[in-house]
Amino acid sequence: MSEMQGAPAAQVVTPDDTTPRPRGRALNPSLLIGGAIVAAIVLLALLSYVWTPWPPMRVLPVEPYQTPNAEHWLGTDRLRRDVLTQILVGARTTLYVGLVAVGVAAVVGVPLGILAAMSPGWLGQLVMRANDVLLAFPALLLAIMFAALYGGSTRVAMIAIGIATIPAFARITRSGALGVMKTEYVVAARAAGRSPLGIAWRHVLPNVAGLVIVQASVSFAIAILAEAALAYLGLGTPTGQASWGRMLFEAQTTLRSAPHLALIPGAAIALSVLGFNLFGDGLRDWLDPRLENR
Amino acid sequence: MTAETGSGAEPRRGSTGAEPPGVRTGSGAEPRRGSTGAEPPGVAIELREVCRDFRRRRTSLTQPAPVVRAVKDVTATIGRGERFGIVGESGSGKSTLLRLLCGLDQPTSGELLVEGRPIHDQPARRLGWLRQRLQLVFQDPMSSLDPRMRVRDIVAEPLVAQGRHEGNRERVVELLERVGLSADVADRYPHQFSGGQRQRISVARALAPGPDILVADEPVSALDVSVRAQVLNLIDEVVEAFGLTLVFVSHDLSVVRHVCDRVAVMQRGELVEVAPTEQLFAAPEHPYTRSLLAAVPDLHQALAGRTAQDLAAGVARRGPEPGGTA
Repeated sequence: MSEMQGAPAAQVVTPDDTTPRPRGRALNPSLLIGGAIVAAIVLLALLSYVWTPWPPMRVLPVEPYQTPNAEHWLGTDRLRRDVLTQILVGARTTLYVGLVAVGVAAVVGVPLGILAAMSPGWLGQLVMRANDVLLAFPALLLAIMFAALYGGSTRVAMIAIGIATIPAFARITRSGALGVMKTEYVVAARAAGRSPLGIAWRHVLPNVAGLVIVQASVSFAIAILAEAALAYLGLGTPTGQASWGRMLFEAQTTLRSAPHLALIPGAAIALSVLGFNLFGDGLRDWLDPRLENR
Repeated sequence: MTAETGSGAEPRRGSTGAEPPGVRTGSGAEPRRGSTGAEPPGVAIELREVCRDFRRRRTSLTQPAPVVRAVKDVTATIGRGERFGIVGESGSGKSTLLRLLCGLDQPTSGELLVEGRPIHDQPARRLGWLRQRLQLVFQDPMSSLDPRMRVRDIVAEPLVAQGRHEGNRERVVELLERVGLSADVADRYPHQFSGGQRQRISVARALAPGPDILVADEPVSALDVSVRAQVLNLIDEVVEAFGLTLVFVSHDLSVVRHVCDRVAVMQRGELVEVAPTEQLFAAPEHPYTRSLLAAVPDLHQALAGRTAQDLAAGVARRGPEPGGTA
């Protein structure tokens, strides 16, 4: 920094922007709004461990099918349970399912995609063809197969959703990684003596991270919906437990007489899907150094 | 002009080319190297009948896949401290040859020696020594620097890749100042720099491991004319200061003339002419070289209203029979 000795001939050039703020990037609106929604859901889920308006999953000595009122802010359901309490407790399931399903899919899918892009010839082909086979199984079918083997539960549902989501991650990672592998900075890294693993870690992964994050936020939303669908079919969360999908399922029979029982968990699902999508988009932009100071 | 290595004039003579019959190279009479095992001390890079074939996608079930020979029987010797230019139009195999030279690709046949050590039959993991001896500057300053890495990490990459972690900070600062950038750019990202500045970063990265050979793949082709001279001068200067051997690939003859001692002309994968720069420009031997020279835009001719077609026609008249065109 201090010594300016042997800088011969060529003039010292500094970039136009003289205020380096490498990490102090402005947070974009997507990230703020999405982050706020996600944070709210997380807080509600955590809150349910210490406080709920009424005891969770308990049949209360009250009227069923109440519409929202002072006593029960979101009403009560057919089994005389408090809806707000169930929403809070169900948020746990929703987050849990989403995180585990996306985690399984990303942890398996991303390395597979990078492997497929970086290995020439038959290995890459093999990975992608195996991927295509997996792609042929919808999450629902996998979940039914798993449920037949291990019994229906939240865990089985989210593992099945995760496995069914692997191809999406592998595909998008591979296409991004193929692009990265063609760039000169990867050639430069090879010429610098970096190992394939080093290139994958230092160059390919950071440069496909944006794609993976967006895929994760979309997959998270799909996982929540898939869990709801599985619970609805009776293949996921069992009767005794709360999940937003389960609530939708149970509200189905009274859709006409008590529509709020379906609308409330539906709105919760829609809001969290929106939140995670915004959060993913915002996170991608925030992590991209090229979008700094614009 | 001459690099100040000890080897002096000796390697300058070492030019040869594998030519189809009838094509002469500038150095003419020298017998083809090849069978002798011991290397003369002043040789940096030696190519012996190097070929590289690429298989195209099959077009028929019954016939074998068509093969494109991107580099054909290239034989050449590049002396230590020499500034060796490779010119040719796009698609002539320059870049393929370059990848072979750098150990980034393996030849289909032939031998390739850097500093007397073979690189043509070595797997990438056995080429660690080459990564320290030979470094590259790339054509496209937008794509040759990882947009997600800070300048500090980019410049230090060859060091880190070779397992050096001590003292890289100071080394990066030293290198950045050497290429005319200030030390405080180390924490920036590549997108914050102009094309010329990025090429400076690229040069700094190439110099990081202290190489003996610098390979430049069209380093100024993607740059604004206004900054070309700056980057060329920088390359010229570091080659001079560190006594490097320079392999400079370009399609731009005026640039090559400015930088190189000796020039090889490539056409369809073959070296058709190898000659000292001034000789090549003064008395081009091969018709292809003449047509390349004629294609260099000339302000006087342009003002006189001569078009590229006129020039090409003039070349065709001077050259050999234009086969097939009536």
